[in-house]
Amino acid sequence: MTKEELIQPENIVSRKPRLLNDETMHYCPGCSHGMVHKLVAEVIEEMGIEGDTIGICPVGCAVFAYRYIDIDWIEAAHGRAPAIASALNRMWPQHLVFTYQGDGDLACIGTAETIHALNRGENFTVIFINNAIYGMTGGQMAPTTLLGMKTSTCPYGRQPDLHGYPLQITQIAASLQGTCYVTRQAVHNVAAIHRAKKALRKAFENSLKRRGTSFVEIVSTCNAGWKMSPEKANEWMEENLFKTYPLGDLKDIEE
Amino acid sequence: MNQANMEEEIMLMKGNEAVAHAAIRCGCDGFFGYPITPQSEILETLSIEKPWETTGMVVLQAESELASINMVYGGGASGKRVMTSSSSPGVALMQEGITYMAGAEIPGLIVNVQRGGPGLGTIQPSQSDYNQATRGGGNGDYNTIVLAPATVQEMADFVDLAFTLAFQYRTPVMMLSDGAIGQMMEKVKLPAPKPRLTREQIEERYPWAASGRRGGQNPRVLTSLDLDPAVMEQHNLHLQRKYAEIEAKEVRFEELMCEDADIVIVAFGSAARICRKAMEDARQRGIRVGMLRPITLWPFPTQEIQRLSETCQRFLCVEINAGQMLYDIRQAVNGKRPVDFYGRCGGMMPTPEEVLTCLTNIKD
Repeated sequence: MTKEELIQPENIVSRKPRLLNDETMHYCPGCSHGMVHKLVAEVIEEMGIEGDTIGICPVGCAVFAYRYIDIDWIEAAHGRAPAIASALNRMWPQHLVFTYQGDGDLACIGTAETIHALNRGENFTVIFINNAIYGMTGGQMAPTTLLGMKTSTCPYGRQPDLHGYPLQITQIAASLQGTCYVTRQAVHNVAAIHRAKKALRKAFENSLKRRGTSFVEIVSTCNAGWKMSPEKANEWMEENLFKTYPLGDLKDIEE
Repeated sequence: MNQANMEEEIMLMKGNEAVAHAAIRCGCDGFFGYPITPQSEILETLSIEKPWETTGMVVLQAESELASINMVYGGGASGKRVMTSSSSPGVALMQEGITYMAGAEIPGLIVNVQRGGPGLGTIQPSQSDYNQATRGGGNGDYNTIVLAPATVQEMADFVDLAFTLAFQYRTPVMMLSDGAIGQMMEKVKLPAPKPRLTREQIEERYPWAASGRRGGQNPRVLTSLDLDPAVMEQHNLHLQRKYAEIEAKEVRFEELMCEDADIVIVAFGSAARICRKAMEDARQRGIRVGMLRPITLWPFPTQEIQRLSETCQRFLCVEINAGQMLYDIRQAVNGKRPVDFYGRCGGMMPTPEEVLTCLTNIKD
């Protein structure tokens, strides 16, 4: 059987979502962003809502998310995505509005915007990529950096007396009355990817049903920032990050 | 207030209240603001009027001015007529969002009801944000159109004008008022209401707007970022061409008794009201005084001042600050005539008597 004969619709078991275009991604090999982008594109496509979706990009590695997923996008200033999404939610109440933010964007410079949007119960979805480091600027300490973890701005390891503690922003999100769904996922293996996709679908559906804010944290790898191979980064994440940021639902208010 | 019953109306109200009513009536889609004296009546009036029940206009008290301006950024990026208002310290905080709006070419209205500074300053009127407003105010090479109202009527009228200009040129527009005009009550004619745009109208008029790519059009991206400096230089040059067009077409000013004037006062906003009285008093004493009131502070009426410098003997710039517009006048006059300055600052207002004394001293 030739390659051409093999490529038939009935033989296809997996394909790139149509909304994920052919642009070469700038993400490092092994980084979680690529997989999360694929899931976001897949879910929007499966729900058939790309004509009524607006995404908000952060400042951070995902600043160029708009290059890869073919929907309408607005690029935010650092940390301000939830404010922009709040306005869009109220201007376009029938739309799916989501923000895609890293830990520095969401839990450091944009903490005020995050907490107040969630507390108002704005009907959008927050996708929160937590890799415990600043990737784009070259590996500095993040609000979610673990105690003892080394970065370029805590080269001897994060120490509570110097740098404070890892910020549990997702627990804060769950404690706010405006949120309807708060979950922590990962994309390091096939089972986790399936669970993360289900979580994204649930979050987007919640937003369309206007139930309040949905918050999906993806505990992610930054193998370049962590200075590890992709495989080692996955292992390190399971052994270390998952202890401080355990996977699972923190809040799920059913209908 | 039922929108269907609303027609043109003459009312007595504060400048701040007039902004709120004008916004509801001009098809504004959203207001996002944070309380600060002396402009809180704008958000309060909107909250009392509940336009979300009549026109569908959204009113939201944000957690900060930083959030407010980014809400305006988001609403404007999706083709909606949205605005915010604040006073000087709050507008300082908004500069981040304003430069992003300029870079991503997002329309929107920012109302600054100025108070004295620097820092927390006072809550009394001032014009000391002139430099910030007319020079862009944030990072990067950009300008915002700046409208300076001198009456409650102009505070109302400039809301619709600002939105028209903002969408025509895809740029943030600032209304630079002050605590005196914001707080004073005057007769104002409010326009008959016009409806907000529908999604179809937005998509037809503003194909650049990120409103959801219904119908399969190409994805729209609103951003101020490009890491390739050659591309970014081209974007900057595009912005500069746009600003040159605005400078050529959108200069607005009012001129009073300049034809035979020996001394031309240049003043805007509240200062222009004070100077008008001083000008009339001076005329009664035989001093030939005229006045040029810039209505757009950017673009600045440079050519008109150049023209006047051919006929008058000297200029007097009066501002409620330590002398900021003064340098735009001096640049226009280019040494041809003397340009004097009188100003009060920190929340103190000049009086007509003080300006008259100035005029008399200059004359002598």
